[in-house]
This record gives sequence, C-alpha cells and structure tokens, in this order.
Amino acid sequence: MNNRLVELKNITKSFGNVNALNNVSMEINKPEIVGLIGDNGAGKSTLIKILSGVYAPDSGEIFLHGKQVEGHWSVARAHAAGIETVYQDRALCVQHTIALNIFMGREITGAFGLVKVRKQYEEAERLMREIGFTSRVFTPDSVVATLSGGERQGVAIARALYFEAELLILDEPTNALSLTETQKVYSFMLAAKDKGSSVVFISHNIYHAYDIADRFIILDRGTVVMQVDKSEVESAERLVQHMKDFARAGHAS
Amino acid sequence: MSASAIPTPAKRRRTRGPLAKYLNRNRRAISALAIFAVLLIIFTMANPRIFTNPITYRAIFLSLPISLFVVVPLVFIVASGEIDLSFPATAGITSWVFSAAVQSGWEPVAALIPALLLGVVVGLVVGGLVTYVGLSSLVATLGMNFLMRGIINMGTQGVAIQFPQMRTTALWQAFAGRIEGFPVINGFPVHMLWGLGFVALGWMLFNRHRLGIRVQIVGDNPDSAAEMGITVARVKIGAFVFLGIGAALSGVLSVLVNQNWWPTTGDGLLLPALAAVFVGGTPTWGGIGTVVGSSIGAFIIAFIETGIIGAGLTGYVTQFFNGLVIILSLIGHRFNGRRYR
Ligand SMILES: Nc1ncnc2c1ncn2[C@@H]1O[C@H](COP(=O)(O)OP(=O)(O)O)[C@@H](O)[C@H]1O
Ligand SMILES: [Mg+2]
Repeated sequence: MNNRLVELKNITKSFGNVNALNNVSMEINKPEIVGLIGDNGAGKSTLIKILSGVYAPDSGEIFLHGKQVEGHWSVARAHAAGIETVYQDRALCVQHTIALNIFMGREITGAFGLVKVRKQYEEAERLMREIGFTSRVFTPDSVVATLSGGERQGVAIARALYFEAELLILDEPTNALSLTETQKVYSFMLAAKDKGSSVVFISHNIYHAYDIADRFIILDRGTVVMQVDKSEVESAERLVQHMKDFARAGHAS
Repeated sequence: MSASAIPTPAKRRRTRGPLAKYLNRNRRAISALAIFAVLLIIFTMANPRIFTNPITYRAIFLSLPISLFVVVPLVFIVASGEIDLSFPATAGITSWVFSAAVQSGWEPVAALIPALLLGVVVGLVVGGLVTYVGLSSLVATLGMNFLMRGIINMGTQGVAIQFPQMRTTALWQAFAGRIEGFPVINGFPVHMLWGLGFVALGWMLFNRHRLGIRVQIVGDNPDSAAEMGITVARVKIGAFVFLGIGAALSGVLSVLVNQNWWPTTGDGLLLPALAAVFVGGTPTWGGIGTVVGSSIGAFIIAFIETGIIGAGLTGYVTQFFNGLVIILSLIGHRFNGRRYR
C-alpha cells in the first residue's frame, strides 16, 4: 500500500520476567488517527516507546514508508523521520524553563555548539501564542515547576507540535486535562490529520478514543487482539464490550 | 476563560520586571555574594587595616585558582546528578606525570600534554564506571581516589620532586608568574586571570553551550532526557572528562606555584572544593547549579583561611569557622527554593 507510513512486525519486548509485548504487529497509514487502547499495563506505552526509539525491541522489525529500518533505531532517528511523541510522563525537566524544555535534545545552536538562547526564546514565544498560551503571566522563561499539571501537559504537546511531525504520538495526553482542554487537544489532532499527518492516540478510556479515532487497535496483555475501523463498530459501548470479551477470554485460557 | 490545554489566565500571578527576573534567575549566585559580603564586613570590623589592603587578597589569589579549576567542573558533575571524590588523586597523578616528564628533560609546556591526556583518560574511566557499569558515583570515585593515590605511593615510594628552576620556565611565566604594570593588581599572581578565565569559560559552557545545558537536563530528569533523544551516559561521561581536565590543570598549577610536587599533591583539595560548590549555591540534588556562585564559594572558603589569621584569631578556629559558614550558607540557600518535582 502506498499510503502506509509505519509498519511494526512481530515486536516482542520483555522487562525481566514481565512480557510487555508479544509478537505485536500493527500499521499506521497516512493520514489517519489511530486509537491505541487497552487496560493499564497492556503494553501501550512500551509499544510507542519502541516506535519512538526510546526502547530497543527484543525482536521484531520496523518499516518506515515500506522500507525496513536498519541498525539501531533511536530517538534521534525517529525525530529525523518526523515522529514526535508526547510521552505519558510528559518528558519535562521541571526545574527548567518552558523554552529549554521545548528545545531539549534539539537545541538551536550556532558557532561552537553555542545555544541561541534568544532565538529559542522567540520561537517558544511564537509557539505559545499560536497554540493558545494566551496567559501573559507565562513567558518562555517561566519555570515548568510553577505550572499546573494541565499546563505542563500543554508544554509537552506544544513541543511535539512545534516540530511538525509526520506521525504524532500522544500517550494518554488528556488525563490531566479539563473538558475544554481535552477538546483543544482533539482539535490539534484533527488539524494534524488535515495537514496530512498521522496520529496515534493512546487512551485507556475508550469513550475518549472513540470520539476522535478513525481506527482502533486494542492491546491486551502485550498482544494485539483487535484492529478495527470505526465504521465497523456501531458505538463506543460495542468497543467496550469487545474489550471485556477479550479480557474474559484471556482469563479463561 | 481560555479553552486551552495550556495556561489559563484566570489565576493572577505577579508579573515581574526584567531586573526582578534577573535577580530571581541568579538568586543562588547572589546569595553566595551576600555570604561573602557578610564575612568581609565581619573580618574588616575585626581588623580594618588588613582587609582594606590589596596584599591580603594577593595571598588569597595565590591559592584560589588551584581550587577553581576543580570547583567549576564539579558544578557540572553535581548538576548532572552525580558526585566525584576522585579529583584530588586525579590532580595528584596527572601532576606527577607532568613533574616526571619535566624532570626527565621535557619542556614544561610539552609536559602539560600528557598530564591533560591522563586527565581525559581518568574522566573516561570514572564516567564509564558510573554510566555503563552502573556503579554509584559516590563509591566508585571514592575507590578511584584510593586507587590512584595508591599508584602514586607505590610508584614514588613517597619521594617528592623539586623544581628549583621552575620560575625561569615559559610555562611558569605564563601560568604562575606575576602581573606587572597595572595599578591595584600589580604583583598579583597571573593565575588569578587564568582562574577567572576558566570560570568565564565554565559559565559559558554551563549556561550557553549544548553540553552544559544537557548536563542540567540529564541531572533534572534522566528519563525525560532519554525520551528526548539525549544519550545520558555520554553527557555524564563528558562532565567527568571535564573534571579530569580541570583536575590536571589544578595539579599542574599547584606544582608551578609551589615549585614542588609531593605524593600528596591534590589531597588537600577534597573537602574545601566540595564545600565551595555547595556554599556557593549549587544544590545537591542535581539538575541545576551555578558556576559563578560556586566560584564565589571557592573564594569564600579561601577567604576564611586568610581571614581568620588576618582578623587576629589563631589557625585553630579555622575548621570551626569553616563548618559554621557551610551550615549557615546552606540554611541561607534554603530560601532559594527546595527541590522542585
Ligand atoms: N521500564 C520498565 N521496566 C520494567 N517493567 C516495565 C517497564 N515499562 C513497562 N513495564 C511493564 O510492562 C508492562 C506494560 O507497561 P506499559 O507499556 O506501561 O503499559 P500501558 O502503557 O499499556 O499501561 C507492565 O506490566 C509494566 O509494569
Ligand atoms: Mg502507559
């Protein structure tokens, strides 16, 4: 298929005795919003960390635009390939400023590796204005520790948007957010899709995922148990029912 | 109301002017300066004649740069979330290499090169033990300190190396000579300028260079750093290499200043240098630090030594006074904020 963006094949990952992922295969097309759902501990975060280059899988293959990834897949390579991730833990340094957090690991540098602090400040300011940092009390110089949970989440999301991803991955982005804030995150996802990007949206709340996704991938204890288009499920309740069935089947076996 | 995932303007927060922001951002260094000012006032009241005389400060500047060369890199180590107790022996072993090379006829400038290289190697080894082998930096560097000092002792059997002719060499002139032809600082040791230059370089590296900024990121939250594509181990090893280089410079400078290398060279640095880092406002928990503050901390520690004698007290009270200043400064720095989470 020519609109295939990413394909994961037979990904397996263990942490000691814990088998986090078992032969997981999935694909992400372009453009679409994929809802990756499953209970806590199903392996969702582990899966997207492998895709983002944080963890190396024990075995399995990653394909990008139909080409197999050779050698060590890393965060830097994922960034270069246009994969941006909002991690569940937000990946922030709370003792530091918003601007530093946005550019951490990808500092804007000039001669001798000196960081263009001014430029980073201006870019961060522009970004904050564009995506809705309307508050005047926050500047790019504000220390992240002084922000609320939702505001910190906003910084993590803003950072991912800044780098204009081809694939935007959001790991439970709406957990700390109010209803209006959640709506805003949805609008970001839809805007990204409108621009031709793909989005992976992780949630353990199926109602959240059902609202927004085009397709669902259900993970259960490290295994993909279902991949289904939204058109094939009548309602969020149906999806919940499916998950319960899988959980029951799993316990029975 | 703002419909954003992001900051709501509903809460009223104090907006601050540029000066207030500047003061707030540099509050740790400014506190260190305040501690120094208090000491200065106390000592000057005790003996106005001594503490208004530049000669007093000349004496302080004779030894201060030796500690600055390790204090500045130590700020990087502590900010990266690690600690190092091996730098005294690193200073000892690198300056031993320097001294042995000079003794066997090398030009002192040339002898500096193997000393610096050894400093880099020690940094790589220590950094590798802490990151790739996963040892605690506290214990690993404690072990390295004994190990390297032991190598010195076995190799030299306790014999020192003297350099009666050191003052005639180009390296001495450039690195440890005297400033001439300037008012006020005339006759001051040249290495005061090198020390200040090193602090400036350290400040630049820490606050404006990718390396220093990543040191702070890694110390703040190594998981976040890794998730954003920073190789945590490489950054930490970089900090240890910087300390290895600083320790080599410190050791060589000590040899130049004293015109003598002892098997114990560097040993006396351990506690004063660590005290300087924390008295100067670099917190113990990692993620942030202040190069300028900790350099002022080094000055404070050196100043106490001279100040006690100058104020007419006996040297026996030095340690007590040092301890008092350390505790009081840490209490003072509490007001600069606790650890954020
Ligand atoms: N770094 C880790 N070390 C050890 N175990 C881990 C680690 N990360 C995840 N796990 C384990 O792997 C399983 C899947 O976790 P995770 O991917 O976080 O699930 P989810 O995001 O779906 O809630 C869990 O049992 C979890 O305890
Ligand atoms: Mg998770």
